[in-house]
Amino acid sequence: MTTSALRAKPRTPRRIAFSQKLGRWDVKISPYLYVSPFFIVFAVVGLFPLLYTAWVSLHKWDLIAGQGPWVGLDNFTFVLGQDQFWEALRNTLSIFLLSSVPQILLALLIAAVLDNNLRGSTFWRMSVLLPYIIMPVAVGLIFGQLFADKYGLINNLLGHIGIPAIGWHTDAFSAQIAIATMVNFRWTGYNALILLAGMQAIPRDLYESAAIDGAGRLRRFFSITIPQLRPTMIFVIITATIGGLQIFDEPTVFDQYGTGGADHQYLTLTMYLHNIGWQQLDFGRASAIAWLLFVVIILIGLINLAITRRIASNEGRLR
Amino acid sequence: MTATATRRAPKLRTEQPGWFERRRRKAIVAQRPGSLVYAFLAVVLVAGVLPLYWSFLIGSGDSSTIADQNLSWIPAGNFIANALKVMNDPAVNFWLATLNSIIVSTTVAVAVVLFSSLAGYAFAKLRFRGSKVLLVFVIATTAVPTQLAVVPLFIAMSNLGWSGNIGAVILPGLASAFGVFWMTQYMSGALPDELIEAARVDGASMIRTFWSIALPSARPAAAMLGLFIFIMTWTNFFWPFIVLGPTDPTLPVALQELQASHFVDYSIVLAGALLATVPLFILFVFAGRQLVAGIMQGAVKG
Repeated sequence: MTTSALRAKPRTPRRIAFSQKLGRWDVKISPYLYVSPFFIVFAVVGLFPLLYTAWVSLHKWDLIAGQGPWVGLDNFTFVLGQDQFWEALRNTLSIFLLSSVPQILLALLIAAVLDNNLRGSTFWRMSVLLPYIIMPVAVGLIFGQLFADKYGLINNLLGHIGIPAIGWHTDAFSAQIAIATMVNFRWTGYNALILLAGMQAIPRDLYESAAIDGAGRLRRFFSITIPQLRPTMIFVIITATIGGLQIFDEPTVFDQYGTGGADHQYLTLTMYLHNIGWQQLDFGRASAIAWLLFVVIILIGLINLAITRRIASNEGRLR
Repeated sequence: MTATATRRAPKLRTEQPGWFERRRRKAIVAQRPGSLVYAFLAVVLVAGVLPLYWSFLIGSGDSSTIADQNLSWIPAGNFIANALKVMNDPAVNFWLATLNSIIVSTTVAVAVVLFSSLAGYAFAKLRFRGSKVLLVFVIATTAVPTQLAVVPLFIAMSNLGWSGNIGAVILPGLASAFGVFWMTQYMSGALPDELIEAARVDGASMIRTFWSIALPSARPAAAMLGLFIFIMTWTNFFWPFIVLGPTDPTLPVALQELQASHFVDYSIVLAGALLATVPLFILFVFAGRQLVAGIMQGAVKG
């Protein structure tokens, strides 16, 4: 990355000693000065809170009363012993799977279609990005009603083709599908553009040679595009993992109360954290949940990395 | 990423083709697609627009429209009336929320662009002890979720007396590892070393070199980064929801408040959801092209 740089060597013949010394200090210190605004702010709002969360998680800590006695890992054992935590974890993973898998498949399809020699390509690219500018809270409000149990448009349309109304808010799996749909709505086009960029970086003569060798459209897609797209896929999947497991906005506004449903059927880990911290005012336990969430993100991220690597490299060999 | 793409080229027939053969190959791959492709894209476009249009239909009606089983596809005339109700609802603070959102998003976007350009320039073009380690550190921090910071941040903001104040939303937004990474990538690719060296030989100080050479040449990337940070900040809900009350909200927080009241009229709620989208929609109309280019550039370089 730092392929070349300026070195602190005197270029010109000697001049006045003072200005030279000043210049050398300039070269030496400037880099640190330039990176310091970011690192100072990060230390204050990123690194310090990270470590402090660990500290808080080891104490009894009330939102109002503040720091209590040291309790060791009690907050962690308490949280891990709660059914709600496991429900929230299951819901989070379920929503994540329901959103990421169809989303990436659909994004691949859209990207492959956009990768054609289209008329008005800028227009089509912009059109798939439109949902991205709608804030998740607005998406949640809109889809909360589209998926309304009684009068929603979706149930209404299903009724026309003879399918009985689905309890989008009451049934756990259906609710998770509805929430996953919101995530997909907002992010599919965005990811399609990333994948499209990856596709366009693939040398065209690969396709040309393959076409001459008699490879059809599908064969070219699976034997050239997918394997060549591996780094982009890894990028998309990892960012989707980090973002997806933190989901909070959409399920919070999915109903009027923001508590994840009557039976916690769409309570997510972040909603649980918020509930423990700001409804039950227990910061110690909320901090423990935050760390557990972080561990989950790292674990799922590593699993996804391994899977993506395997899939892409297996398909990478042309037989 | 482009480099890896060429390196992993599979072995295929590659003898030198003649002119006619080249034309034939190109013709196979580069032909204009059929109408099916456009039909598919039109469906995708409709899927993106339909929820908005449906919200507009509901938002143009009254409190009973949401329950109308035979909803007309032609909007009724109440949208402006409903929009006015959103704007004038004392519990929602719509105008204050809009102003807050503009202040917060603009401040954060400008500051992040400045900080990231400075740091990106240093990482990409200057040699200094520890730069590699620091850069790896920056990249690693992008995996740290916000959730891990909210408890201490809340304690700190309460102690400072900042909770309920938009300063509490601005400050944590300023540290964007994504921004630093983005600018580092761009500067290392698009800014020739010769240019910097020439400026240095001509006697420009380090900061002068940054300001007059590096920053102007990084303008496209800086503009894109600013756009993204603006959108991310504008749509951000979790932390503002925690630290800001309904009395001094940003737009997403105010929007949530619309639905949380006791008697929900969804024609008003959905009118509000659309209103909150209008500013970014205007931005999208003018800068959508740059957004698309930014996403695609970031992907290839990242």
